[in-house]
Amino acid sequence: MSALKDFFASRRGIISVGAFIGVFAALLQKWGNPGNMGICVACMERDLAGAIGLHRAAVVQYLRPEIIGFVLGALVAAYAFREFRPRAGSAPIVRFILGMLAMIGALVFLGCPWRALLRLAGGDGNAIFGLLGLAAGIGLGALFFKSGYNLGRTQKAYPSVGWLLPLIMVGLLALRLSFPPLPDKDLSGILFYSLKGPGSQYAPLAVSLAVGVAVGFLAQRSRFCTMGAFRDLFLFRQLHLLSGLLALLVAAFVTNLVLNQFNPGFAGQPVAHTMELWNFMGMVVAGLAFALAGGCPGRQLFLAGEGDGDAAVFVVGMIVGAAVSHNFGLASSPQGVGPYGIPAVLISLVVLLFIGFTMRQKA
Amino acid sequence: MTDQVDARGLSCPQPVLLTMEKLRTLSGGELVVLVDTDTSRENVSRAAASLGWQVKAVQPVGDEFRITLQKG
Repeated sequence: MSALKDFFASRRGIISVGAFIGVFAALLQKWGNPGNMGICVACMERDLAGAIGLHRAAVVQYLRPEIIGFVLGALVAAYAFREFRPRAGSAPIVRFILGMLAMIGALVFLGCPWRALLRLAGGDGNAIFGLLGLAAGIGLGALFFKSGYNLGRTQKAYPSVGWLLPLIMVGLLALRLSFPPLPDKDLSGILFYSLKGPGSQYAPLAVSLAVGVAVGFLAQRSRFCTMGAFRDLFLFRQLHLLSGLLALLVAAFVTNLVLNQFNPGFAGQPVAHTMELWNFMGMVVAGLAFALAGGCPGRQLFLAGEGDGDAAVFVVGMIVGAAVSHNFGLASSPQGVGPYGIPAVLISLVVLLFIGFTMRQKA
Repeated sequence: MTDQVDARGLSCPQPVLLTMEKLRTLSGGELVVLVDTDTSRENVSRAAASLGWQVKAVQPVGDEFRITLQKG
């Protein structure tokens, strides 16, 4: 058990996990998920928000089992290795807002950091601008940390506090099983199902769930975090998390080549647009929000599975942010930014800077 | 008196940040770092190693960890 623990904490461990995620993300696309979207925490939480009616954008409504799997896989790993620690209480309203802003920014770019990597691995040149923006946003976050930013200590909580988000995921799974997709029906019971667009593209339930659980397990064990990869490089010149991220990129790229899913270019990329300034700026917002919240959106799901109630609040914030994005026309489409996407990015940035500047401890 | 960093309840990257800031002010000796998750324990140990410090001991204290770092 201890040898296994040490493996996952090692450089080889996180590289193996990154490679696993890269391969299976590319495979999920082959098995039905949208283009360059085998795994996208932001898009998938947005689809989930649509499935339960929080927004009514008809092309992005599907209860993504991957999200459920991430939380439950992490929960199993945490219990198996005795790392389930129920905790909560570190500035929840701030974390909720950070989640919303992160999602707003991500939906302007049309992807979370995981998808940015997968888009790049699929040949989508627009992702370069997204990744540059991500790095810039995280870099800004690193500066705030250097100047004393922190949201305060979390506290031990009752076990059931840590169980609530995993239980919500179980509940969502139950809904999915009770109201499965019906042919040509955009509504099954209480769940919405896209008949066209990315929401209508999905791998079989069992496959999505299984891969989600496996990724959740491995990512919890290895502390995989796409935001931390940049942050630790900037703050400490440490490459541990970055090595996992690079493994993901390379593995996804190779798998795409093998599966004939690599299509280099800028125009006409799947679920992507070419307004590069806003690809960049959207991810500056998202990157800064992830940095200030202490984890990329995947990491927040895995932490929630470990009993972290602060991460759970961020996750809920992201889901609500997705609803807001689509209800208010903030989200982008392949045609470009949404009607209010640009002011949303600017306002989000102002709010993030406000949070960063006003929540610093004097040395 | 051994210097101590209390990083319990702090989320990433706080434990490493506080530890590295403290280690940079010390030329050697011992530093005790308190953390409360396995992730922080691993991160602090790894970070300390990058500055040439060794993990002398890791003592579980209930759900928490008391890491003793040593240099020289």
